[in-house]
Amino acid sequence: MNNKKEGRAHPMSRRQFMLTAGGFSFAVTAGAIAPRFLGDPEPAASSGDQQLTAWVKITADGKITIYNPAAEMGQGSMTALAAILAEEMDADWDKVTIEYSPVEPGIYGMQWNGTPGGPMITAGSRTVRGYYKPLRQAGAKARYVLLYNAAKKWGLPQSGLKTDRGYVIDPAGGRKLSYGEIASFAQIPPSVPEINEQDLKKPEQFRLIGQIIPRYDIPEKTTGRAKFGIDFSLPDMVYAAIARAPVYGSTPELLNENEVRTSDGLVDLVKMDHGIGVVANTFEQALKAKKRMQIRWSGEARAKGYDSVEDYKSLELLIRDENKKGRMVVDTGDAPSNIQSAYKIYEREYRTDYLYHAQMEPLNAVIHIAADGKSAEAWAGTQAPDTERNAIAKVLGLDESKVTFHNCYSGGGFGRRQEDFSLEAAMLAKQVRRPLKLIWTREDDIQYGAFRPMSLQRMEAGVDRDGHLTGWQHRIAGPDNRLQTGGVRMNYYTIPNQQTEHRVSHPGVRTAFWRSVGHGPNKFAQEAFIDEIAHDLQIDPYEYRRRMMKDLPRHLALLDKAAALSGWGKSPAPGRAYGMAFSDYGGSYTSGVVEISLDQESGQIKVHKVWAAVDAGVVVQPDNAIAQMEGGIVMGISSVLQESITFKNGQVQQSNFHDYPILRMADCPESIEISLMPSSLPPTSLGELSLPLMGGAITNAFLKLTGKALRHMPFTPAKVLEVLSK
Amino acid sequence: MKTSFKLNGKMVQVETAPDATLLWTLRDALQLTGTKYGCGASLCGACTVHLDGIAVRSCMTPVSSVAGRSVTTIEGLAGEELHPLQKAWIEEQVPQCGYCQSGQIMQAAALLKANPHPDRELIISYMNGVLCRCGTYTRILKAIEKVSKSGKQ
Repeated sequence: MNNKKEGRAHPMSRRQFMLTAGGFSFAVTAGAIAPRFLGDPEPAASSGDQQLTAWVKITADGKITIYNPAAEMGQGSMTALAAILAEEMDADWDKVTIEYSPVEPGIYGMQWNGTPGGPMITAGSRTVRGYYKPLRQAGAKARYVLLYNAAKKWGLPQSGLKTDRGYVIDPAGGRKLSYGEIASFAQIPPSVPEINEQDLKKPEQFRLIGQIIPRYDIPEKTTGRAKFGIDFSLPDMVYAAIARAPVYGSTPELLNENEVRTSDGLVDLVKMDHGIGVVANTFEQALKAKKRMQIRWSGEARAKGYDSVEDYKSLELLIRDENKKGRMVVDTGDAPSNIQSAYKIYEREYRTDYLYHAQMEPLNAVIHIAADGKSAEAWAGTQAPDTERNAIAKVLGLDESKVTFHNCYSGGGFGRRQEDFSLEAAMLAKQVRRPLKLIWTREDDIQYGAFRPMSLQRMEAGVDRDGHLTGWQHRIAGPDNRLQTGGVRMNYYTIPNQQTEHRVSHPGVRTAFWRSVGHGPNKFAQEAFIDEIAHDLQIDPYEYRRRMMKDLPRHLALLDKAAALSGWGKSPAPGRAYGMAFSDYGGSYTSGVVEISLDQESGQIKVHKVWAAVDAGVVVQPDNAIAQMEGGIVMGISSVLQESITFKNGQVQQSNFHDYPILRMADCPESIEISLMPSSLPPTSLGELSLPLMGGAITNAFLKLTGKALRHMPFTPAKVLEVLSK
Repeated sequence: MKTSFKLNGKMVQVETAPDATLLWTLRDALQLTGTKYGCGASLCGACTVHLDGIAVRSCMTPVSSVAGRSVTTIEGLAGEELHPLQKAWIEEQVPQCGYCQSGQIMQAAALLKANPHPDRELIISYMNGVLCRCGTYTRILKAIEKVSKSGKQ
């Protein structure tokens, strides 16, 4: 960059430049801060004619590189973010390439509570929502700089010029300059004005946002060329596997070290607090040596003896204790007394088991510590590259700036892809001092998983003579305070006097964010409870919801849309029934209907069709939004019908896809129809929106079909038969 | 142990442990990482390749068993042009995370090779062994049906 031309007495650091100049610039040679992999040629040395950029780089040949700060784990946001920037920049989309940004949270961090520069975390379906405004502004600023330079070249006022798909145009003079041409002589103007809402395109001017843009990552994901973290390798690399504590918190003692050290290809054994790492020349050799290890596990692990099926009994005591108080999350009006004095009182309890993420790419990381030990480089697919980098730095005793972290495609995230794997790889490499790839086997991934916490939810409600809800109480018991209260608010229903509280248990097992987090269990309990009340009152559940939405037109429109899509009210085919549910997530709303049938003999539920209407503000990539809704629905059905992690004696009882089945094609609905509601509001969340619909919609359809309610997920054939026999 | 076999049309020779699997040999010794590890137990299908034109799970296939035979991986599926299934996968925007898709495409390609016009029921039963956690099944089905109906394979 060219500080002298800006007339500054002190050169600015690259970081300062990128922040103050609004995050754009030009490069006429290769950018030195672009992500680089070992083995790539060194970037050209910095010189006077080279400008570095935070968000976008234009080269003289017209190629536009847009940097993606977020993880790409299937949600498609790498395309969406680039499209948002390209839209305001008026770039030619065909010239755009997308690369991961460097791990620089100060520049690329998420806009968090209105302030840019938060963590670089891809979670909570926040990516498009959080980067929409800053990337539109960055794109508009880049466009300003292009206009500025063209105006200067032509000696014209900037206000008379226009842009169109990669060109600055002088309409009066009938001239144009391509963005690439401008890049070859461009200079950063002394100042760039702030971009306000009125400087941005109006929705009717959008060429990219809201259009069907094929996802950037899809072609290479059909040819095997896409590189996931697990696919990286380095010269002279060794492979590692770890035997981890079967009961979380216990510590290992290797009883046959001498024997294991004779294993073929063994490089080293690494003792850690939570396990023993095996490093070998090939991954299969590491696995074999791992199998030979005899380990005695000891220590006072809290999870010792833990039984998750039995745990429901302790959660019942916890949740039913009227003298206990947990953490109050919602408390409006006076729920307890309004329920007590109600015309009719309802009480139900709903249960959800622990769930495993089952992301198809098992956890892994590749790490390389420099020969002098003063820096390190790491590769992995993660939702939180800055956290990952910092953890590695800590293990290696290095400053964070000495660790270069390369985020890679993630083979599924769902909340799991953060924390432990990079840390472990650093611990192993610290001892072994060779380039190293750590891979978790599927068994490791399940048995040392971090799960969606189990829950027991106690619902109480009162209604007046007309069936209107007069009070609502929702108590949640389970092991994780931070993960279990999402979605307890229902701003789409008018219900007076609400109280929600969480009561925590302490089983000592690992829990984590899991797609939709608290919304999955909580929307299940809320929506199932509403249908049970409506069923008892002999009111159609659609009508019952309409009543609670009568003053909320946006939500009512959505409810009506899903009902219309499904043909709600018409008679289903014999043996089939419809069920509906409503949900929100991250500012978005959705309403869904399922059509199910039941094999009375086996107890198997089949979901045949799903319809959902979505209100997520402006939708940047409509087809991808639909794909996200479809995916959430399929994962939702999977979790509702068949997934369960159980603990016995503190140990996870499942180990691979034979005993932790996830939905297969044969069990997938025949059709999933998604309708996106038009909107001019800023974009809101999509990736986790549809999953929470499924628990409620399926049990509600079952209630319609059989008159009985399923209150314990998953609704396995055994549980269904048990409910039918009652 | 040395094993020679045809890989994506060319003869290769690899030196591995006697019990090495085809999966890790492809990925690490031969650097063809399009074939994925998902479960190591033939439960998920992410590692599906063709052995003499038939879909097999490379995670349970000893490399010794492919000596003298022909292995095709996702990297070798396309000819001059992409395979019709790969094109359909792009047209239908099938992949999300994409990790399982090599296995999905290889499984589907083996099906269409044996039976160019399978009905929906046959497609589902043939594809049922390949898991997708992102839930792309409806699009996978659409893409296969598209190719099967176009008669392009």
